[in-house]
Amino acid sequence: MTLLTFLSSRLAKGVLTLFAIAVLNFFLIRAAPGDPAQVLAGEAGAADGVLLLQLRERFGLDQPLLTQLWIYLKGYLTFDLGFSYRQQQPVLALILERLPATLLLTATAFIVSLVLGVAMGGLAARRAGRWSDSLITALALVFYATPLFWIAMMSQIVFALKLKILPNVGYETIGANYTGLARALDIGVHLVLPAITLGLFFTALYARMMRASMLEVAGADFVKTARAKGLSPGIVSRRHVARNAILPVVTLAGLQAGQLVGGAVLTETVFAWPGIGRLMFDALVQRDYAVLLGVFFVSSALVVIFNIVTDLVYRLADPRIEATS
Amino acid sequence: MHVRSTLAVAISVLALALTHAPSPALAQTPKAGGTVHVVVHPEPPMLMQGLNQNGPTNMVAGNIYESLLRYDEKLTPQPSLAKSWEVSPDAKVYTFKLQGGVTWHDGKPFTADDVVFSLDKFLRDVHPRWRPIVNAQVEKIEKVDDLTVTITLKQPFGPLLLSQEVASAPMVPKHIYDGTDYRANPANNAPIGTGAFKFKEWKKGSYIHLVKNESYWQKGKPSLDEIYWQIIPDASARAVAYETGKVDVLTGGSVDVYDVQRLAKLPNTCITTKGWEMFAPHAWMSINLRNGILGNKQFRQGLMFAIDREFGKDVVWAGLGKIPTGPISSKTRFYNADVPKYTFDPAKARELIKASGYKGETIRLLNLPYGETWTRWSEAIKQNLEDVGVKVQIETTDVPGWTQKASNWDFDLTYNFLYQLGDPATGVARSYVSSNIVKGNPFANIGGYSNPEVDKWFADGAGSSANEQRQEAYTKIQKILADELPVLWLLEMDFPTIYRCNVKNLITTGIGVNDGFRDAWKE
Repeated sequence: MTLLTFLSSRLAKGVLTLFAIAVLNFFLIRAAPGDPAQVLAGEAGAADGVLLLQLRERFGLDQPLLTQLWIYLKGYLTFDLGFSYRQQQPVLALILERLPATLLLTATAFIVSLVLGVAMGGLAARRAGRWSDSLITALALVFYATPLFWIAMMSQIVFALKLKILPNVGYETIGANYTGLARALDIGVHLVLPAITLGLFFTALYARMMRASMLEVAGADFVKTARAKGLSPGIVSRRHVARNAILPVVTLAGLQAGQLVGGAVLTETVFAWPGIGRLMFDALVQRDYAVLLGVFFVSSALVVIFNIVTDLVYRLADPRIEATS
Repeated sequence: MHVRSTLAVAISVLALALTHAPSPALAQTPKAGGTVHVVVHPEPPMLMQGLNQNGPTNMVAGNIYESLLRYDEKLTPQPSLAKSWEVSPDAKVYTFKLQGGVTWHDGKPFTADDVVFSLDKFLRDVHPRWRPIVNAQVEKIEKVDDLTVTITLKQPFGPLLLSQEVASAPMVPKHIYDGTDYRANPANNAPIGTGAFKFKEWKKGSYIHLVKNESYWQKGKPSLDEIYWQIIPDASARAVAYETGKVDVLTGGSVDVYDVQRLAKLPNTCITTKGWEMFAPHAWMSINLRNGILGNKQFRQGLMFAIDREFGKDVVWAGLGKIPTGPISSKTRFYNADVPKYTFDPAKARELIKASGYKGETIRLLNLPYGETWTRWSEAIKQNLEDVGVKVQIETTDVPGWTQKASNWDFDLTYNFLYQLGDPATGVARSYVSSNIVKGNPFANIGGYSNPEVDKWFADGAGSSANEQRQEAYTKIQKILADELPVLWLLEMDFPTIYRCNVKNLITTGIGVNDGFRDAWKE
């Protein structure tokens, strides 16, 4: 199968999947009790029938369900993700406003955890049985098993409150009005704790996966051959072992990449990071249907795209896959 | 106020000249300038206060918008946009004289036209608390001249002068809203008020930035240059943000109750429960009187004796608050303590519950999903009730789920806490009068309590402006309700504000930080 036919068939399937997801999401969130008008009125501590009617009409909730579905799907076909009457802004604008912060956080965590995890796993495999291997394995196990929110809270208490070297929450120093490099540095400092918190779990996962996979490949015949040829242990483990051992890690990385948009709700909440995850969570507890559907759609689109990218990377890492797929 | 602050300056200058030593008067002279970082939680949906009156909206927007009156901690009306006011002898015509030289944040003058538009059109149309008052009580609202407005009532209405708090009746600009679709007006995203602070920027998910209104009508105010309202969704992270100096003010309810005492002990930290007098949040257990045994008065009295309310206050709420005696908060007017009392007494509870004919049916307790404290409270109360033989099953849901179940009467027991709004006619009656047994509103009379005598006394209480007559009506009501227990009053809640002591004059009114930044300054 050529690259072109592969891509076009995957894209076509992707569009169908997205359509199915969009329809499913629509019915799913309406199955939850309450509606945005009721929530908004309830929060004000005073509501009367007139206010509820006004709000329902405004939110379009007075229309029959299928009409609402049609309006929603029609909008999506023209890349109009709807309007949040709660926040008085188009959904697309709300998402785009929050997207950079989330991508910065999740991409940093993704790269850090991938690099660190693969390096740690590779090192541990080469030194299997020695103390450095035990240390890495033990660390990976601890990171793997520790709940995210606990790490988040403890890192704030240790690094912000006790050591006073990092800020505990936020995206940048509010009111400082930094520009240029100073602002980039300021954001970087704020990024450290959330990115590490978010990255630790995947670092551990990559390290464990890489180590196990390397050890498995290390026993294979072609590795023995390479050694017999007289190649140095470094070259054997980089060219022959690591390249073959990386496939399961790529699968995992594809999964993590799919969560780049929606997967940081907890981290964003605890660190007051102004990203998409919080936008989604707030929209959920407020039943802000338009925003919720918009975020769902964008994140499912990203999952579909990253699945395709993962498959492409497979073909690069292991040319045999192209022949059989 | 202007005269007073000039005087204070004069006195402190004098003190300085005479002694060269710092004096208390000198220390209290407002200093101009400074930025204050304040926590607001959760993030408000919008800042147009005429359209939205959520707690966080009011905290921020109450410093952007203004109303005719303000209220001190004793809820005595004070001048705001109204310079003075007069009530006719028959208590039906209220004449408000407006401040001169007031401008909106866009530079246009504020006049009587704006007042008439706000009260008669805009708020009548969209405000759920002003609408019932204006529709039922007000005959007409008229402009006399550019700086004079009269409100003519259909009949005397006691709490009219208490209905002009900024969230209840904010003045909105006629030149921006008249003739438009209010809820779709672009100005909703960049609110225009007359207040001491102007809206500058809202970075969603991060902060709301307000800046000093340089042309504020009250000369010399505000002192502060900027306010940043920071949005930090996690309660522990908010506490750490205060400890590390990121924020200066933790508004009421923004940290976990068990953190309050710890934070209060930090250096340069002040704590106060003041600034909530207008709201006086009153928490109770709503009872669905339509459901079997719950309609039985003896059974309800048994429940009240069975619940250890002191434990709830001291342990669950970390000592914050006060045990209520009835429907009216002891912090507001017309409170009367002379009512039947219910102290924790399991033996008496068992007796009453047995006499009520309770047969061991399971009672559902719908938890209020407003945080862990409420869940702990449910667990404590469940244990109290099971100790006297009542089977209880706790139900949990999220906020929209609770709103729907409470609004549609789908519960046996659930919590509620309502603001008293400064007067029983506006804040208390709504929970007990039979005319408010309506679906769709969790803050209506959701239990379905109906007593013609109580309805009549509430009508009498509202329809008079003579305080003695009103007191008589509300005393009667408190006695009847404390005996019949349509709901079980659990706690007069306290939401302490924690702030750095060098932020001065922060809380000077009955609504605290909601309009307090006009007078606040930083040392």
